[in-house]
Amino acid sequence: MSYETLQTLWFILIAILWIGFYFLEGFDFGVGMLLPFLGKKDEERRAIINTIGSVWDGNEVWLLTAGGATFAAFPHWYATMFSGFYLPLFLLLVGLIIRGISFEYRSKDPNPAWRNRFDWMIAVGSFLAALLLGTAFANLAKGVPIDANMNYVSPNGFVTTLGLLNPYGLIGGLTTVTVFLLHGANFLTLKLEGELRERARAISKKLYLAAAALTTLLLIATYIYTDIRTKLGVNPGIIPIASYAALLLTISFINRKMEGWAFISVAAHIVLTQITFFTLMFPRVMVSSLNPDWSLTIYNASSSQYTLTVMSIVALIFVPIVLAYQGWTYYMFRKRISTDKKTLIY
Amino acid sequence: MDPITLSRWQFGLTTVYHFLFVPLTLGLGWFVAYMQTRYYQTRDETFLKMAKFWGKLFLINFAIGVVTGIVQEFQFGMNWSEYSRYVGDIFGAPLAVEALLAFFMESTFLGVWIFGEGRVPEKVHLASIWLVALGSNFSALWILLANGWMQHPVGYVINEAKGRAELVDFFALIANPKGWMFFWHTISSGLATAAFLIIGVSAYHIIRKQNVDLFKRSFQMAVVVGLVTSLSLFLAGHTMGQYMYETQPMKFASVEAHWETSAPADFSIITIGDLSGKREVWSWRLPRVLSFLACNNFDCEVRGVNDIQAEYEALYGPGDYIPLMVVTYWTFRFMMTIGFFMIAASAYFLYLSLNDKLEKSKWLRWMPAMISLPYIANMSGWILTEMGRQPWIVQGLLKVEDAVSPNLTTLDLWISLIGYTVVYGALAVAMVKLMTKYAKAGPDAAMHESVDVVPALVGADD
Ligand code: HDD
Ligand code: HEM
Ligand code: HEM
Repeated sequence: MSYETLQTLWFILIAILWIGFYFLEGFDFGVGMLLPFLGKKDEERRAIINTIGSVWDGNEVWLLTAGGATFAAFPHWYATMFSGFYLPLFLLLVGLIIRGISFEYRSKDPNPAWRNRFDWMIAVGSFLAALLLGTAFANLAKGVPIDANMNYVSPNGFVTTLGLLNPYGLIGGLTTVTVFLLHGANFLTLKLEGELRERARAISKKLYLAAAALTTLLLIATYIYTDIRTKLGVNPGIIPIASYAALLLTISFINRKMEGWAFISVAAHIVLTQITFFTLMFPRVMVSSLNPDWSLTIYNASSSQYTLTVMSIVALIFVPIVLAYQGWTYYMFRKRISTDKKTLIY
Repeated sequence: MDPITLSRWQFGLTTVYHFLFVPLTLGLGWFVAYMQTRYYQTRDETFLKMAKFWGKLFLINFAIGVVTGIVQEFQFGMNWSEYSRYVGDIFGAPLAVEALLAFFMESTFLGVWIFGEGRVPEKVHLASIWLVALGSNFSALWILLANGWMQHPVGYVINEAKGRAELVDFFALIANPKGWMFFWHTISSGLATAAFLIIGVSAYHIIRKQNVDLFKRSFQMAVVVGLVTSLSLFLAGHTMGQYMYETQPMKFASVEAHWETSAPADFSIITIGDLSGKREVWSWRLPRVLSFLACNNFDCEVRGVNDIQAEYEALYGPGDYIPLMVVTYWTFRFMMTIGFFMIAASAYFLYLSLNDKLEKSKWLRWMPAMISLPYIANMSGWILTEMGRQPWIVQGLLKVEDAVSPNLTTLDLWISLIGYTVVYGALAVAMVKLMTKYAKAGPDAAMHESVDVVPALVGADD
């Protein structure tokens, strides 16, 4: 394959990893954030956790693989983004740490205070992670101060990454949080039984309103703050419209108690929004706000042709295998989860 | 402190912390898989209880390994961005492969193992713990191949135009002897660490005459594995030493505080240096042993620090190419002493348990405290490996001072360094508390872990 085809292929592959991560860990994060609010009793909280208990770690590996693949295929992208977004990523890591440890440790001690503390850590960790990911992605589209050496320059020489906390970044972050919350509520409606399920359904209606409002705001802000009017990567055509429509459709599914379809429509919204993001960016991977020529593209940020070829062969063999067994576990654990103590795994 | 020093401290702290949990995961997984298999074959309830009990400790430990590992994956870009640019073409590949081949496997099947009991067929449940063990050891292989490349770069060319190293031979990368020796040594150390944990915890219960049958079986299993793997550690370590002499002579010489080239060379048992660690004051030496360590021959010439320093200055330009000798020298001696002790202790207890004299041994009550020894050895081994490579981050190609992210400010680094320290400290408290609680509570609590049963059995000390 030609060098350029390989670079494009890896751009697509990394986009797929991010899309998979957003789709899967999106509902994980949502469930995590909802945990202390939806679950009143210990069994209820445990039931909520068990809806994602067997899969959250596997979902998180999508993020690790996206990181690893970026490192291998586009070292400059990896280096610029990770050092540039230093403090947000640090907070993201803290969020993932306190969340991950809590799934495993919360039930290891019966003391209610102990459990409550870990439940809140799950919620706060999930919130931090969703907020920071959304902020980071918004800033990727908006552009960050990258100099001629591909380095993120700190605007004040004091703390590198405060610049990310601009209005557009925050709108992106909050939108991500609400969409993930909605995604999580739909997932819970799909996986739980009885009263708890009705509670999840009820909350998803409210979350829908917040998500729809913020998404609309983000849409408008994107025209104001980014350069998409003057500089389109690939024209995404009707994809953004379809994405917006999918979100708006959700409410009718929720109202008609078609939770499967509600879940699918939010999932479609998430996937299509990510596709829109990546098509708008292509072939850029990071936009420089200082000088357009200093932007990172798949051409100036990539690994050598040899490395890309080797990695393509590895990915071609192993990605289908991973997809097969991950899909299989979802199938294995497809049954609804009740709050009955006898069936609940702690 | 300047950004380089802060970044080094942070990387060292977080990595050593991560590696406190890794070896146990690597080793204990195999034990649990084996125990569960024995239950499957024999239907002997004791094996089931063993699998559950050690499996519980495995999970408590595993969780911290996972969350601290995520930090590792991100840190190269965050703190060492120039490094990532320089080596990404090569180093990124094994990392990506590790995620794709190993992390997916272990995390997915761990989920199946924890939540699948009674829901998936028993054979699938059994297979899942084997896949978890296999997955974590796979992950070790790939990360060690990556690290092996930093110690001994192979299969690359320097692309002057792009100012970086580029991969030209993937097979050289995955066949790098350095990486495979690391793997051999680390897998052995994982199994040995798990064996000594089992020995220590079992001793605690045997002394108190609780579940004696179960713990004696565990004990016996562990001493056999402990003996084999600590011997294997020694063999692998010796092989690594010789290869180190070939590929990183400066590291070798400073591990031995061997200043002047000599033939034959003596092995120093104790050396006292000046405060900088860069001048010898006094030493006590075993004649000719160093020659043997370097080349399996009691007479060969071993080059000294001063000669190599001169050679490196001629090759790479002026500079200080001597690692911090106090550290390389003493970490090696800790590790080796512990290694010999572990061989002796597992041989002794194997003898006793074969002759059924275990309970009479007065040494048994020391074994719980000995759980810490492999941990110290593991830490020492890595500090030796990594600090012995100084000032290089990639041996002979890139120095640490040129690898750090140029845009980070001191304040950035203080925030993250303090943040990690606080979070990791809190994790350690929770983990040690749970580990001790479950280890002391014994297998009955582990059998019925549910809200109702746990408080009655093990909640008393809360
Ligand atoms: C239970 C743990 C443990 C024990 C008892 C030992 N080691 Fe070890 N050693 C490690 C755990 C470890 C480690 C943490 O796993 C290291 C760090 C890097 C690696 O691959 O293994 C290591 C590194 C390491 C290195 C550095 C290799 C390099 O940088 O090229 C040498 C030369 C040895 N070991 C040699 C020994 C010898 C001669 C031992 C005597 C019995 C020994 N080790 C016991
Ligand atoms: C593939 C695996 C590893 C890689 C790529 C790696 C890489 C690095 C890098 C980039 C540094 C910073 C530069 C420096 O100060 O030397 C470093 C330092 C260090 N690493 Fe590793 N490391 C790996 C595994 C480990 C492990 C498992 C440990 C042990 C637990 C470890 C222990 C250390 C220590 C103690 C330092 C500090 C050295 C110093 O300050 O001089 N490393 N390593
Ligand atoms: C500094 C380099 C290292 C990096 C980038 C790294 C990366 C990671 C990551 C991302 C995880 C979490 C995986 C998950 O979520 O399931 C992890 C855990 C683990 N790593 Fe490390 N690691 C490093 C050093 C090491 C070394 C040297 C070994 C083995 C010798 C090792 C073996 C493991 C194992 C067995 C775990 C335990 C839990 C798990 O894998 O899920 N790691 N590592």
